[in-house]
Amino acid sequence: MSTPTTQAPPTTSTATRRPAAAGFLSGPAGRNAGLVIALLILCVVGIATAGDRFASTDNLLTILRLAAVTGVVSVGMTFVIIGGGIDLSVGALVALSSVWATTLATQALAADVHWVVMVGTALLVGAVAGLVNGVVIAYGKLVAFIATLAMLAAARGLAEIIANRRTQIVQDQDFLRFFSGSPLGVPTLVWMFAVVAALGWVLLNRTTFGRRTFAVGGNAEAARLAGIRVQRHTVALYVLSGVTCGIAAVMLMARTTTGSSTHGTLLELDAIAAVVIGGTLLVGGRGTIVGTVLGVLIFTSLSNVFTLNNLSSSAQAVAKGVIIVAAVLLQQRVAAGRRQRRSPRAVPPTAAEGAPAGASPGVPAP
Amino acid sequence: MVRDNQVLLQMQGIVKTFPGVRALGGVDLDVRAGEVHCLLGQNGAGKSTLIKVLAGAHQPDEGEIRWDGEAVRLTDPQAAMKLGIATIYQELDLVAGLSVADNVFLGRERSRFGLSRPASAHRATTALLERLGHPEIRPGTEVGALSAASQQMVSMARALSQDARLIVMDEPSAVLDNEEVERLFDVVRDLTADGVAVVYISHRLEEIRRIGDRITVIKDGRTVATGLPARDTPTRDVIALMTGRSIEYVFPGREDRPAPAAEPLLEVEHITVPGHVADVSFTVAPGEILGLAGLVGSGRSEVLEAVYGARRPTSGQVRVGGERLRPGDVAAAVAAGVGLAPEERKSQALLLGDPIYRNITLSSLARFARGGFLSVRGEKAAARAQTEALDLRPVDVDREVRTLSGGNQQKVVLARWLLRDCRVLLLDEPTRGVDVGARSEIYALVRALADRGVAVVVVSSEIPEVLGLADRVLVLAEGRVLADEPAGALDEHQVLDLVMQGTPTHSEDDAA
Repeated sequence: MSTPTTQAPPTTSTATRRPAAAGFLSGPAGRNAGLVIALLILCVVGIATAGDRFASTDNLLTILRLAAVTGVVSVGMTFVIIGGGIDLSVGALVALSSVWATTLATQALAADVHWVVMVGTALLVGAVAGLVNGVVIAYGKLVAFIATLAMLAAARGLAEIIANRRTQIVQDQDFLRFFSGSPLGVPTLVWMFAVVAALGWVLLNRTTFGRRTFAVGGNAEAARLAGIRVQRHTVALYVLSGVTCGIAAVMLMARTTTGSSTHGTLLELDAIAAVVIGGTLLVGGRGTIVGTVLGVLIFTSLSNVFTLNNLSSSAQAVAKGVIIVAAVLLQQRVAAGRRQRRSPRAVPPTAAEGAPAGASPGVPAP
Repeated sequence: MVRDNQVLLQMQGIVKTFPGVRALGGVDLDVRAGEVHCLLGQNGAGKSTLIKVLAGAHQPDEGEIRWDGEAVRLTDPQAAMKLGIATIYQELDLVAGLSVADNVFLGRERSRFGLSRPASAHRATTALLERLGHPEIRPGTEVGALSAASQQMVSMARALSQDARLIVMDEPSAVLDNEEVERLFDVVRDLTADGVAVVYISHRLEEIRRIGDRITVIKDGRTVATGLPARDTPTRDVIALMTGRSIEYVFPGREDRPAPAAEPLLEVEHITVPGHVADVSFTVAPGEILGLAGLVGSGRSEVLEAVYGARRPTSGQVRVGGERLRPGDVAAAVAAGVGLAPEERKSQALLLGDPIYRNITLSSLARFARGGFLSVRGEKAAARAQTEALDLRPVDVDREVRTLSGGNQQKVVLARWLLRDCRVLLLDEPTRGVDVGARSEIYALVRALADRGVAVVVVSSEIPEVLGLADRVLVLAEGRVLADEPAGALDEHQVLDLVMQGTPTHSEDDAA
């Protein structure tokens, strides 16, 4: 009923006009297409400047292996940010999980039972730390930024205490053999990233949990009044983020054969950057896993191209900063353009509909 | 008393239209220097829109504003301020973290060579507060630490510091106790003695009698009377002017309503929320619509929130179908079959950027999930069935809710609860922001729900809406129940009389 028929009362058809055909880059798919294009441009630059050294299978797998750890954490981060929060503690949680899973006691138990004990320890430590984050934020009503900043400091400190500032070597050869394998020619770590991303996509887009995450982040008050247990859900989001930190810790233990309190330093910044350039809104309520994965790949490819061309890591950092700002500016433009196309009225709807009510509060101060 | 009789402000034929709503349809107002001019009108009559036009926040579509005899255009709030029009809004617009002096001179900070001059600002603020008779407010105090009454004085000092010649006060007494109101009146009298004009908005007739000089009454966006003497216009005349609306809404008939013999579905017993609700009890039977009438701040919304668990009462209990609800637990209330369409639809009910279907299924996700996995196809089919049943346009359930009109947004909220088969429906201002054409549809819908056996509680600022829609009406003032009567036994005058006078007992002779 998008076109008014003769029977339709004229008063009610104000907002029934369809928006103009959705422009390029406007939907989530379109936004991801933009990221894909950015990634392709990076590849072209890589091939042009480094030729076969870039375009080899080995290099591709290197990129993916390097992307894997950040990628797994970024998937968890995507959930937290869509749900209206932020988790600054992920790097520290990776460190804490890796240290706890490689203590002498844990490794001794693992030697007696199975190396799965180490994996379980890492996941459990991540989950419990995430639970603490979530409870403090949801029930203690602490701002997520502060609560997870505190966890960042505390978890890394605890990791240093446990490890006594020493790097702990992973002794279990079965563990290392399992995670350093390459089923079907693809490293296990890359498989793990793929599986986490796929599960994350399903969880976000195909389950009630995912839908509630969007609702809680989009409008927490509306979600609460719709009967969603917002606090409980918030806790679950941080636990999820903690679990991805545990997975990332296992991956780092396998890649470096160590557990260390310096693992995952500044990982939180890489993860947040990837999530944000992937199109997830920092205020919550919007975001995609695919965008996050593309964001991670863009950053890793960028580092790779720079490294292959012998450019310093400082130059990489500058380029990263520029990309983040450019990507977010572009997204804001696109979002603003979308809003304009969708509401053709001259008056913003909030002002228009709030005004006629006699007792509505005053306009903001001039 | 009135030293200066010259007309300071003249507004003629002001028209302001918003999409779908004509908020002002020709308002006239003239204010003389040195008078207290009272603006009266029911909620929704257009008072707020009018004062926003006067403050330069809204541009009128038609009409003329003359200031000191000259036609002016108030293109923005700064222009109004420059002329000497200051507005003190109900929600005070102060920065809580700044000092009193900083707030008074906010945006016009006193400086020399780019350096601020706090001492000078403090001196000037002290002088202003002394003139207002409140020397006890220190200019260095943080505004957030002050009482509501003192904050109002800071707003007033700010208005004076701008050399305001006309001060608009939007329900200034709503946040004050009796003694504070007295002091406010002293200030207003001093100001008018100096030739400042005051436009005073209040719902309390008794106040208007004491402080006001003349009254202008607006109704449905039009001036219906102007220049009435504030002290001796009979109350019944004022009320008659405010009621008797020109737009008649079509309310569904209620002749075939079920016999009230049925067991009550919703039982509210002795609910108390300190500061808002005092010992309120009522029951609602299946198929019955209960209306809650009262002014803003009478505790209407808080009663609904307490029933819904969105606000935790300190005592009392709520039962649905005989089962006691856990207080302060929204999810438990929803699980028991209670639904709420809140007052602030956009901020409290809707995910504006999400499609219609997701908003409709939000409270029933479990129904579309198997093992936690959602069937989007099932969701959309169910949502489509609801939008068709409610005649929600457009039928396209993928449309963002943001793009819908107020009436259709309200239907989305109702569809959410219909889909959940809720047994008790709480509606807070169901037609706020809904245009006139869609209102009757909402009314018919609410009645149809009741006919299906849902127990409905409706809160509305518009008394005719409560009387027309509800079977039974509860009149609330200051958190207490003043009357509990069948809707047919009350008329608009009586209800308005009750809520404005705040008389605890209902008497047939005083009303009418």
